[in-house]
Amino acid sequence: MNCDVCNENDATVYLTQIVKGEMQKVNLCEDCAKEKGVTDPTGFALADALLGMDSDQEKSESVDLMTCKACGFSHSEFKKSGRFGCSECYSVFQSGLESLVKAMHKGTRHIGKVPSRYRVVKKYNDQITELKDLLLNAINDENFEEAAKLRDEIKLADADFNESNEGSLEN
Amino acid sequence: MMQFKTILKNPAEWMMSSGPNGEIVISSRVRLARNLKNLSFPGWAIEEDRSLVLNQVKPVIESLTEMRGAFSSELTDLTAVKKQVLVERHLISREQAAKAIGSAAVMNRKQTLCVMVNEEDHLRMQSIKAGLNLSAAFKMIDKVDTKIEENIDYAFDNQYGYLTACPTNLGTGMRASAMLHLPGLVLSDQVNKVIQAVNKIGLAVRGLYGEGTEALGNLFQVSNQHTLGEPENEIIARLEKVIKQIIEHEENAREKLYDDNRTTLDDKIGRSYAILRYGHIISTKEALDLLSMLRLGVDLGYFSDELRGLIDVLFMEIQPAHLQVYANRKLNAEERDCLRAKIMRDRLKNLPEPSKFYKNSSNEQPPEED
Repeated sequence: MNCDVCNENDATVYLTQIVKGEMQKVNLCEDCAKEKGVTDPTGFALADALLGMDSDQEKSESVDLMTCKACGFSHSEFKKSGRFGCSECYSVFQSGLESLVKAMHKGTRHIGKVPSRYRVVKKYNDQITELKDLLLNAINDENFEEAAKLRDEIKLADADFNESNEGSLEN
Repeated sequence: MMQFKTILKNPAEWMMSSGPNGEIVISSRVRLARNLKNLSFPGWAIEEDRSLVLNQVKPVIESLTEMRGAFSSELTDLTAVKKQVLVERHLISREQAAKAIGSAAVMNRKQTLCVMVNEEDHLRMQSIKAGLNLSAAFKMIDKVDTKIEENIDYAFDNQYGYLTACPTNLGTGMRASAMLHLPGLVLSDQVNKVIQAVNKIGLAVRGLYGEGTEALGNLFQVSNQHTLGEPENEIIARLEKVIKQIIEHEENAREKLYDDNRTTLDDKIGRSYAILRYGHIISTKEALDLLSMLRLGVDLGYFSDELRGLIDVLFMEIQPAHLQVYANRKLNAEERDCLRAKIMRDRLKNLPEPSKFYKNSSNEQPPEED
């Protein structure tokens, strides 16, 4: 498992902290652990230092004031209860959510049952996500031949999807 | 429609039948959390919205073939004691018992299937099977979920899967758990070691009534902690594998107790028998511990196998709300302790004394008679 901060070295320090009733887990390599001062647990807040959720006071306050347009739920409410107001909140408060989810679960993408009315969309979405990841890697590796191939595959997948769902999809 | 008293009169199917690994695994449960699109989660919703959800989903649930002749009630229509009875039967959660407007529970006749409306999520559906049978429990609830999905538009996200009020339930929204009876590991002081090992691999161990409850009567619930990033069948397979290992540890612990600490075991089972048959004041905690020893006695051949079902029923019937429904009035703690002792004296009146023949170890000579 890689260190959550530098994402390079192997994590050897595992931390769990309860902040306002929410569990947060962080894995660090030795160097980052030292740098962040985790040897002194009293003066150390996981969220502040690492997950970037509250990385500075100002930003944190503006996030707290954010509310979900669909249900009126605020981020500070989430910090209090650890629960969201409605399904729409997941897109409104998505910043910082992935690291929280990562600490709670085995992965950050759902694998398993999909309601039948979402099946086509989910399949398309998974395919595109995977292709885009590969494309990014290819570009980073300066493997432009592969990148061009992937770009065409993405185009094709897009076209296929749009064709099969002509007018039948809500979003 | 089934009446409340029918629930009371009949023990649930999983209590009466013995499932796979029934000596150590009492029951297997699978719960799915689902929510409706575009409506606030129950904890945040205003009353009108909670009622809106209820009116939309209740007819769908009641019309399921699985729910033919079901018991269905809004929680506001039940007294505090009746709600507590449902909690004691593991049919609704303690959290839901506290909820009011718009909350409802629908359960089938056999009490193997229960759908809760407006708990922490809009829908929490669960199935219970006897013994270690998580895949059968999942199959049953999966089928119900697929039928409900035909009529209800669930909140679902391509990345996070089924969206739930609490992010800890994202993804599959599935919590699979088994209720284990582990007196051998408790008596030999190994249970904490096992719990720690199980926690380390991302599974949770809890007491009799879920989160934050004590492990009364040596009963433990083992369940999956993660719900996102692993498909349902893999979660269940992993859980079953770990539970089988725990069963093996428990069996070894029992064998060792039997071989090395036979007198202690005789004493514990003998005393439990005596107190249950002749005691007059017994608290819930004491009762569960005594019944646990009796159940261990059955498993080790001190009593006949038929007793196991009765013990599992008593685990339920001696709890506070069940006693008050039985007495048909409110009872204070002392009155409950007396009634509890009386019920157990009555139910165990004809139980023969524990005899020491150990039937389970085939590779061993039967111990000599004293």
